[in-house]
Amino acid sequence: MNIINFTPLSALTGGLLIGFAVFLFFIFNGRLAGVSSVASDSFLKSTNRIDNLLFLLGLIIGPILYSLSGNEIESVLTNSLPLIIIGGLLVGVGTKIANGCTSGHGVCGVSRFSIRSIVATISFILTGVVTVLIFGV
Amino acid sequence: MTKLSSLISGIIFGFGLTISGMVNPQKVLGFLNIFDAWDPSLIFVMIGAILIFSPLHFIFKRKSRPFFAQSFIISSNNDIDKNLILGASLFGIGWGLVGFCPGPAISAISFSNTNVYLFVLFMFIGFFLGNIFQTKKHFI
Repeated sequence: MNIINFTPLSALTGGLLIGFAVFLFFIFNGRLAGVSSVASDSFLKSTNRIDNLLFLLGLIIGPILYSLSGNEIESVLTNSLPLIIIGGLLVGVGTKIANGCTSGHGVCGVSRFSIRSIVATISFILTGVVTVLIFGV
Repeated sequence: MTKLSSLISGIIFGFGLTISGMVNPQKVLGFLNIFDAWDPSLIFVMIGAILIFSPLHFIFKRKSRPFFAQSFIISSNNDIDKNLILGASLFGIGWGLVGFCPGPAISAISFSNTNVYLFVLFMFIGFFLGNIFQTKKHFI
C-alpha cells in the first residue's frame, strides 16, 4: 500500500463545513440532512418537497460559488456509459433500500452513535473497497 | 423560513464537498483503493463533519423544538436487518464502480457534464425502483 494524493487539510476543512451544513439543517428544519433521502423524497413524497428541492439546488450552487471565488475544481469521470448507468442504478436502489448514504448513515448516523448506521457505513465501504479491488480505479 | 435554511444548508454542504475534493470521483475511488495507491482524504472529511455535528446535535437536541419546525425528526429505526445490509452493499458496489455517492453526484451537475446527468438520472430511477422494492417486497 502506498499513500498518494492525500489532502488532509482541505478534506478536514470541507468536512467541517459539511458538518456545519448538516447542523444548520438540523436546528432550523429539525431534519437530518441525508442527501439520498432528501433527493428521493423530493420526487417520491410531497411533504417538504420545496425544502428538499432547495437543498438539492444548494448542492449545485455550492461548487459554482467555489469556482466563482477563483478556485479550480477537479472532477474526472472516466467510466464507460454502461458502467455509469449501472453505477447510478446501484447507488439509487441501494441507498433507498438502506435508507441512507454517506451523509445519512456515514455522517448523521455515526454522529448519533447509531449502530444501524455504523453497520451500514462499514458495509458500503467494504463492498466499495472490494469493487475497486476487482474492477480497478 | 425552512426554505431559506434548506437552500443555505445545501449551499454550504455543496461548498464543503467541493473544497474536500469529494466531487471528484477519482478522489473517492482513491480512498476505496486501499490495497494499491491509497488516498485517505475521505476519512478526514467524515471526521470533520462528525466532529462538528455530533457534539452540537447532542446539545441542541435537548431544545424542545427546531427554530422553524414543530419537532426534530430523527429515525427511531434501530434494526440491523437484511434490507440495511443488502442496500448498503449494493450502494457500495455502485460507489466503487463510479466514485459517486448521492451528494457529490448532485453537486457535480454544476459542471455540465452529460455523463454526470446520466448518472443522476439513473440514480433517481434507482430511488424509484428501491421504493417499489421497499413497499411491495412480497411481489419479489
